[in-house]
Amino acid sequence: MPMNRRVVMNHHGERNAFQVRLAAAAFFILAMFGVLVGRFVWLQVMQHDRYLTLAEQNRISLVPIPPSRGIIRDRNGVVLAHNFSAYTLEITPSKVGDLEETIARLKGIVDITPKDRRRFKKLQEETKDFETLPIRTKLSDDEVARFAAQSYKFPGVEIKARLFRQYPMGESASHLIGYIGRINDKDIKQLEDDGRLANYRGTDHIGKLGLEQSYEEYLHGVTGFEQVEIDSGGRAVRTLKRTPPQSGKDLTLSVDIKLQQMVEQQFAARRGSLVAIDPRTGGILALVSQPGFDPNLFVDGIDPQSWSELNESLDKPLLNRAIRGEYPPGSTFKPFMAIAALELNTPIVNQVISDPGYFIYGGHRFNDSKKGGYGSMSFDRSIALSSDTYFYQMAVQMGIDNIAKSMAMLDFGVPTGADLPGERGGILPSPEWKKKRFKKTAQQKWYSGETVSIGIGQGYNAYTPMQLAHATATLANRGVMFKPHAVQSIMDVATGKKMIVEPKPVKTMPWKPHNIERVIRGMEGVMTVGTGAGVFRGAPYVSAGKTGTAQVFSLKGAKYNANAIKERLRDHSWFIAFAPSDKPTIALAVIVENGGFGAQAAAPIARKVLDYYLTGKLPPDPAALAASAAAKASAPQSVSTVSAEVVPRD
Amino acid sequence: MIKHLWDRIKRPVDPWLLLFIIFLFIVSSVLLYSASNRDLDKVIDKITFMGISLFGMWCIANIQPRVLMHLALPAYIVGVILLLAVEFFGVTSHGATRWLNIGITRIQPSELMRLALPLMLAWYFHHFESTLNWRHFLGGALIIAAPFILILKQPDLGTSLLIASSGFYVLFFAGLSWRFIGLMSGCIAVFAYIVTHWDMCINVLHEYQCRRIATMLNPMEDPLGAGYHIIQGTIAIGSGGWFGKGWLAGTQTHLDFIPERTTDFIFAVYGEEFGLVGNCILLILYLLVIFRGLMISNSANTLFGRLLAGAIAMNFFTYALVNMGMVTGMLPVVGVPLPLISYGGTSMVSILATFGLLMSIQRDRSLMKG
Repeated sequence: MPMNRRVVMNHHGERNAFQVRLAAAAFFILAMFGVLVGRFVWLQVMQHDRYLTLAEQNRISLVPIPPSRGIIRDRNGVVLAHNFSAYTLEITPSKVGDLEETIARLKGIVDITPKDRRRFKKLQEETKDFETLPIRTKLSDDEVARFAAQSYKFPGVEIKARLFRQYPMGESASHLIGYIGRINDKDIKQLEDDGRLANYRGTDHIGKLGLEQSYEEYLHGVTGFEQVEIDSGGRAVRTLKRTPPQSGKDLTLSVDIKLQQMVEQQFAARRGSLVAIDPRTGGILALVSQPGFDPNLFVDGIDPQSWSELNESLDKPLLNRAIRGEYPPGSTFKPFMAIAALELNTPIVNQVISDPGYFIYGGHRFNDSKKGGYGSMSFDRSIALSSDTYFYQMAVQMGIDNIAKSMAMLDFGVPTGADLPGERGGILPSPEWKKKRFKKTAQQKWYSGETVSIGIGQGYNAYTPMQLAHATATLANRGVMFKPHAVQSIMDVATGKKMIVEPKPVKTMPWKPHNIERVIRGMEGVMTVGTGAGVFRGAPYVSAGKTGTAQVFSLKGAKYNANAIKERLRDHSWFIAFAPSDKPTIALAVIVENGGFGAQAAAPIARKVLDYYLTGKLPPDPAALAASAAAKASAPQSVSTVSAEVVPRD
Repeated sequence: MIKHLWDRIKRPVDPWLLLFIIFLFIVSSVLLYSASNRDLDKVIDKITFMGISLFGMWCIANIQPRVLMHLALPAYIVGVILLLAVEFFGVTSHGATRWLNIGITRIQPSELMRLALPLMLAWYFHHFESTLNWRHFLGGALIIAAPFILILKQPDLGTSLLIASSGFYVLFFAGLSWRFIGLMSGCIAVFAYIVTHWDMCINVLHEYQCRRIATMLNPMEDPLGAGYHIIQGTIAIGSGGWFGKGWLAGTQTHLDFIPERTTDFIFAVYGEEFGLVGNCILLILYLLVIFRGLMISNSANTLFGRLLAGAIAMNFFTYALVNMGMVTGMLPVVGVPLPLISYGGTSMVSILATFGLLMSIQRDRSLMKG
C-alpha cells in the first residue's frame, strides 16, 4: 500500500515538475525571441540609415573572370582549336524596354544582319530574360568606337571583350574535335549535379560534342574572381582583390591532321568513315566521318537556317559515322570468325571442303559471291578469296553461342570506350539479344538458319567503323587490346607539366600465337593474291587486310546490278587493314557508303593511308590502280534464296 | 459518404497547428517568388513539396503513439547504422561527407536522426519512468553522444550541435537536475569565451570554424571572404527599416548581393522587403507554432508523449532561432535553413514529419477523453 501511494505521489510530483520545466522553456523561448527582436530593432531602426546608405551606395560585387579554354593540337603541334579575343555587343532583354526598337536603333551604329537577328531570337527562346545575349559578335574597332560614344543611349546594351573559340580546320576533323556551344538549362542541371556550377560563373560556353565535350573538365580551367566595389548604377569603381583564373589545359592528340585531311580528300563527295589506330598504343591516328560540318557555326548559336540545312540533309553531316554509324561488317568479319574457329578447334579448320558455290542448310540455299565456287576450299585460302561457302559452314559448326562469345571478347556489341562521347555499341546477334530485341514470342526464337549468314558478317550484325578498327588493331597487335584514344597528352599551361595518357593494355585475348599468325597469313593473302591484290600491287611493305561488302538493299532473289539500282541503295564498301604485318604500326577500318564491293571504293583509300603513313607519300598513279582494281575484283554477287527470310550477301 | 471521408481525413489533424503551418506556407511561397527572382518553377516546386510534406505529416499523425514507441529503438538503430555507413561509404561534396548514395537519390542520414533521436530518448525515459535516477540520465547522454560524434566527424558542427540540443531537451523535460543544467550553462559560457578568442579557439576547434566565429564577431575584417554573407545579410535587413522596401523591391536581393538567398539566407530577403513589422509577424507565427507544441506536450497523457512533444516544439524553436541569429550576425554561419520558409525539400519533409508526431500525440489524448 505505502508503496503504491508513493508511486501515485511521485506521479503527481512528476506532473508538477514537468509543468515547471515547460514554463521554464517558455520563458527561455520568449527571452531568446526578445533578444532577436532587440537585434532587429538595432539593425532596422537604430542603424537603419547607415545600412540604407550602404545598400544604396557601397556595394561589393564578385565579378567572375572566366579562364581561357585549353588549345587542341594534333600530334605535330598543328592547332585544331584555339581562342582569340574579340568584342561582342550584348543585350540583356530584361533591362531593355522595347527590344525591337533598341535593335533597330543599334542597326544605325553597328552592322546587324538578318542572320544575326535570327540567331539572337533563337538564343532568346532558349535562355532567361536576365541573361545577357550577344546580338553581334566580332565587332570591328570602328564599331566598338562608334557604340562606345553613344552607349549612354542604350541601357541594357553593352560591349564585352570575350574570348572566342575558333576551329581553323573548318570542316576537317569536325566530328573528332566537336565544338563548344552556349550553356543551356540541361547543361546547368548537369553542372549543378556534379558540383561544378560555381566554376562556370561567367562562362557562357561548354563542350557539346567530340573531344570538346569529353575533355571539358581539362579544357575549361578554373574561374578566377575579381572583387570590385560598384556604385548604385552597377559600375565598377575599384578592384579590391583579384584571384586570377587558371587556364584550361592544352590537349595534344595522337591524330595526324595531314593524314586526316588526305583521307577526307579521298572521300571527296562520298559518304563514309575511316578510323586508323596505332595498334601498339590504341592512339587514334585519323578519325574521319564524311561529310563533316563547320563547327565554327555552332559556337555562338547556329542560325536556324544553317541548322535545318545540316539537320535535314540526306547526307547526315551531323552524324559521327565513325562511332555512331552502325553497318553490317560483311566479309571484314571473316578474319575474326577465323581466329575464333581456330581457337575453338572447330573441325572445319583442318578440312578441305568441296565448294560448289553455294551451301544448303535447313532447306535453304545460301549462295557464294563467287559463282560456281572454287571447287574446293581450305582454311588458308578462305580468307584471301573471301569464300562465303567456307564461312557459312564454319558458322554452323561453331554455333551462334560460340560466335557471340568470341566476338564479345573483341568488344563487338559494346562501345570500345574510346575517349569520344556518344559512342554506340553496335549489334552482336545472339539468341539472348534476339529475346531482348523483339517483343513477340514468334520473333524471339533464334533460327539456326540465321547463324549461317552471321558467319559472313551479314544478318543482324552491325558495328561501327571504330569497332572494326579496334578489333583489327587488336588482331594486328597479336591479341593485346588497347582502349582507343585520341588524346595523347594533356598539358598544364601554367606549370608546363605534361601529363601523358599512358597506353594501358585493356585485356589480352587468350589466342595461341600460331593461330594468330595463321589468320594474318590469310589476310596477307588478301593483299597479294586475293580480293585486295589489285589495289595493293607494288606496295613496298607487307600488309594484311580484308575486303567487305555490306548490303543496304535486300534484293529478295533479284540479281544485283550496281548500275541498275539507285546510288543510295548500292552496297557499302568496307576494308580493314594493318601494316607492316609482322610488327604493325597502323590498323584501320574504312567504309564508303554505297561504294559497291569492298575492293572498289574502300581499299584504294586504305592503300593511300598505309602508303602515306609508312612511306610518307601517295601511291604513284591512283587512277590506274583503281581501274585495275575494278577489273581484277570478282563480279558483284548474285543472291537467290529459296525463302525470302534468309538473305545472305557478299 | 463524402462526409465520412472528410471525417477520416481530418480526424488525426490538429486544426490549430495546421492553420499556423498554412500561414507560414503562404509567407514562404510569396517570399520565394521574390527571392528566386520571380522563378515560378521554383515556387511550384516548393508548393509540390508542401503537398508531399503535408501528406507525410497526415500519415504520421495517423500512427498511434504506442506504435511510435515500438518504432523508436529500430529508427534510432537504423539512423546510427546509416551514419556509420556515411562514415565509410558516404558521398563527399564541398569537403564534407554527409550523403549516402542509395541508387535513386542521395540521402542525408543526419536528417533522419533529427526525428529518431528525440523519439528514442522519449521512449527510453518512458520505459524507465518508475525507476528513474541519475544513471538513466547518463544513459541518455550516451544515446545522444553516438549520433553527435558521428555527425561531428562528417564534419558538420552545426547539425551535430542541433541534434544534440534536440536530445538535451528530452533530458531537460525528463527532469535533468537543475544543478547539472547550471553546471552545463557554466561550461557553455566558458566554451563560448574560449572560442570567441582566436588564440584559444584554434586549440579546440578547426581553423575554419574559428575563422567563422572571428568573422561573425568582426565581419569587416574579412569583408570579401567569410564576412561577405554576414555583411550583405545585415545590410539587407538593416536597410529594410520599419516596413521594408516592399515585395520584389529589395535591392540587395535583386542585385544578387545576398548569397544563398532562397535557402539559408532567405530571412535576409524577408527582412529587407518586409521590415521590422514583417519580422515581428514572422516571430509571432513561429511562437504560435511553438506554443501549440508545448500545449500538446502539457496535455499529453504519457511521459513519452510529453517528452516527445516538448522536444519537438523546442527543436523547431532552436532552428528558427539559430537561422535568424545567423542571418542577423549574432551566431556563426552554420548551414541551417529557416524552418518551413527556406527552399529545400528535405528539411520541410522532416519538420512536418515531427508535426505529424505532435498531432499523433494530441489525438491520443483526445481519444482518451472521448
